[in-house]
Amino acid sequence: MIQIRFFARLREMLEVESEQMELAGMATIADVVEQLQQRGGVWQQAFGGGNTVMMALNQEMASAESAVADGDEVAFFPPVTGG
Amino acid sequence: MNEIRVQSEPFDPNVEVDLLRNHSPSIGGVVSFIGQMRDFNDDDMVLAMTLEHYPGMTEKALAAIVDEANARWELMGVRVVHRVGRMLPKDPIVLVAVASSHRGEAFQACEFIIDYLKTRAPFWKREESVEGARWVDARESDDHAEARWKG
Repeated sequence: MIQIRFFARLREMLEVESEQMELAGMATIADVVEQLQQRGGVWQQAFGGGNTVMMALNQEMASAESAVADGDEVAFFPPVTGG
Repeated sequence: MNEIRVQSEPFDPNVEVDLLRNHSPSIGGVVSFIGQMRDFNDDDMVLAMTLEHYPGMTEKALAAIVDEANARWELMGVRVVHRVGRMLPKDPIVLVAVASSHRGEAFQACEFIIDYLKTRAPFWKREESVEGARWVDARESDDHAEARWKG
């Protein structure tokens, strides 16, 4: 199982803060994104082209190529706007 | 002496700067940046703002940025305080204060830290105007500011 978290505009759009997902053969964050996109609707919109989505693995910035393993926390969010 | 805090309570930037300044008699200069809430964005009046963050990752990201600044320059202390939650115009959002024996290092490190914070620390602003609330878009100029420090 991996823990998935969503923040800010993305969380609002998807109407979910976090969820658990079976690893089920997924090797990278790109695989996770593909799974989420396949849900269609707002998921397709959120992760489809044109929308910049940043990602973190175990609370550190990551990229689509980052490898995921059991017990990992993967987070998706829009570009940051603090400061 | 480094101090990094993320908090929903308001803070007084002057108190923070004094704490840093008084830490050591070898400090020759302190450079600080205060980011505060402004009442407009793209010509619209903004009444209030709420900052969301990613607890756990935020602290790690800020610590990594401060570590990087300490590795690049000879510093005698860094204080970073960032607010989350709801705030009003003129409220301080962030303070970055850097102490060093000489001003050059402090100026550079302070600018480096705020530039990196703007693109790497997981905070998101949501503004309230008379028309309702909206998430603030990231600015391309922030990416350019961060890119200057690479290479």
